[in-house]
Amino acid sequence: MYTNEELQKIATFVRRDIVEQVYNAKSGHPGGALSCTDILTALYFNVMNLDPKNPTWEDRDRFILSKGHSSPALYSVLARRGFYDVGSIKSFRKTGSVFQGHPALGKVPGVDMTNGSLGQGFSIANGMALAAKLDNKKYNVYVMLGDGELEEGQNWEAAMTAAHYKLNNVIAIVDNNGLQIDGKITEVKSPEPIADKFRAFGFNVYEIDGHNFDEIMEAFNRAKNSIDTPNVIIAKTTKGKGISFMEDNIGWHGKAPNDEEYNKALSELGGGNYGVN
Amino acid sequence: MGSTRQAYGEALAYFGRQNKNIVVLDADVAKATKTEIFKKEFPDRFFDMGIAEADMIGTAAGLATCGKTVFASSFAIFAVGRAFEQIRNSVAYPNLNVKVAATHSGISVGEDGATHQAIEDIALMRAVPNIKIIVPCDQYETKWAVKTAIETDGPFYIRLGRCDVPDVYSETESFTFGKGKTLVEGNDITIVATGMMVSRAVDAANALKNEGISARVIDMHTIKPIDEDILVKAATETKKIFTVEEHNILGGLGGAACEVVAEKCPTKVIRIGVNDEFGQSGKAEELLKLYGLDVDGIVGKVKENL
Ligand SMILES: Cc1ncc(C[n+]2csc(CCOP(=O)(O)OP(=O)(O)O)c2C)c(N)n1
Ligand SMILES: [Mg+2]
Repeated sequence: MYTNEELQKIATFVRRDIVEQVYNAKSGHPGGALSCTDILTALYFNVMNLDPKNPTWEDRDRFILSKGHSSPALYSVLARRGFYDVGSIKSFRKTGSVFQGHPALGKVPGVDMTNGSLGQGFSIANGMALAAKLDNKKYNVYVMLGDGELEEGQNWEAAMTAAHYKLNNVIAIVDNNGLQIDGKITEVKSPEPIADKFRAFGFNVYEIDGHNFDEIMEAFNRAKNSIDTPNVIIAKTTKGKGISFMEDNIGWHGKAPNDEEYNKALSELGGGNYGVN
Repeated sequence: MGSTRQAYGEALAYFGRQNKNIVVLDADVAKATKTEIFKKEFPDRFFDMGIAEADMIGTAAGLATCGKTVFASSFAIFAVGRAFEQIRNSVAYPNLNVKVAATHSGISVGEDGATHQAIEDIALMRAVPNIKIIVPCDQYETKWAVKTAIETDGPFYIRLGRCDVPDVYSETESFTFGKGKTLVEGNDITIVATGMMVSRAVDAANALKNEGISARVIDMHTIKPIDEDILVKAATETKKIFTVEEHNILGGLGGAACEVVAEKCPTKVIRIGVNDEFGQSGKAEELLKLYGLDVDGIVGKVKENL
């Protein structure tokens, strides 16, 4: 188990990796990657049962980045967790790279599913969870959803499925950063009240601060002990978290920083002895 | 005699006995798709996803990543139409072991009318990389199609029908994936048919024979990958190719045959199918006649284009 301070330090590296990847690629989605960074860090370093040396281990916990545009966060966390060399993610979004703009199964070790088309990951998580039940396996399935993504109806079909089939091994996380592309989620087409909706669908609902490691860990620990109810963690987050000019700014949903912004972002993040660990 | 959907349900149960890895999903039409036959025998490996085809395909994809061989069934228009992008992005792109087996294809759905009559499904599935397509013509070919889908890794689309169709084959017949079958030899023209049109093509060839026209008949059960050799041979050895399918003439068997022949051996191809219009309510046989997909319709179209 890593301490909160250690997680914090890793998360800072991950944020730097995100900026590096998007800057190098001259494209990508920094805002939503930065908002889910702390949760992904906690998941991969403290929560999930996995083996970086055996990424397809049958008994491993699964993770689905349904909001696949946050791929730079996932690629970084997997690298930092030892699935592959951190240097390799420099090729993100480049022709011929395994680090596709959105995660692709079978290309990057540790990536459990292809994503990018919003609204599809929750159903896939249910399928993995049903397979666990069929095979009497104990693994959990984590799926990261965007709050704007919840406007896709398939999420609610999947929510019904998870509750109906008593998929206590499904732990959904909503990266509740309040923004999507065209504006605030409440102004574009509000998916609120999110918590009430999930309660009505029969979920254990945990509302937390998605940048507070105590709250993140507590929510996961409780969710893991669910008896026969699926779980959702609604994590209040800040889009662009950690970089002042990106925070809570829709302009940074899908844009790469220029040289000046890149340098400013890295100096704000700090983190000291950064680089290949 | 029997429907391909009935044969599908029975084949699922049959292979389900030997292969514990098979999981079946349906979207509240299990009685009609006949997946109910599997469900009765293996309730633990059957999941009704409710009226939620997109969710069904996603769930199938998730199961497949964990090593299951998953059959996902609904009516063709809903399985392929509603969930097209789920099939494309969550099944075909990651190349997962999901077999979309859809019943109620084409206008022979009958009384339910155009909303329920998929005439675009082959075109949609054909355009997606990684998906293999089989359109069986009778119960025996259906059983083979299910077996092939189980034994062959990756996504499949199996197109099945609602109504009873005559047996073209018998229990002992063997088939080769990706290879069309020549059912009738002939050297004037070639009729290439798929699905329930195969038995009609054979009947049409017999009728043409009485009028002195020698028509070759090919059962093109595998639509993708299409058997290029058998098409090139037909284009070389006979004067014209007629394709017959219970599908829009755009993008299905006719389209596939045209693509091959135009590139490899330019020959006139006449596409017989639904002429880019929607179906309607009516008895299956009456609709097929109305749309020119009965034996007389095929014979007439051939004679018109000789
Ligand atoms: C089905 C689909 N429609 C549209 C898009 C384009 N798109 C990419 S990100 C995004 C906004 C996502 O907002 P949200 O889910 O809140 O994610 P986050 O704020 O965490 O980035 C959209 C519309 C997509 N990827 N998939
Ligand atoms: Mg958002």
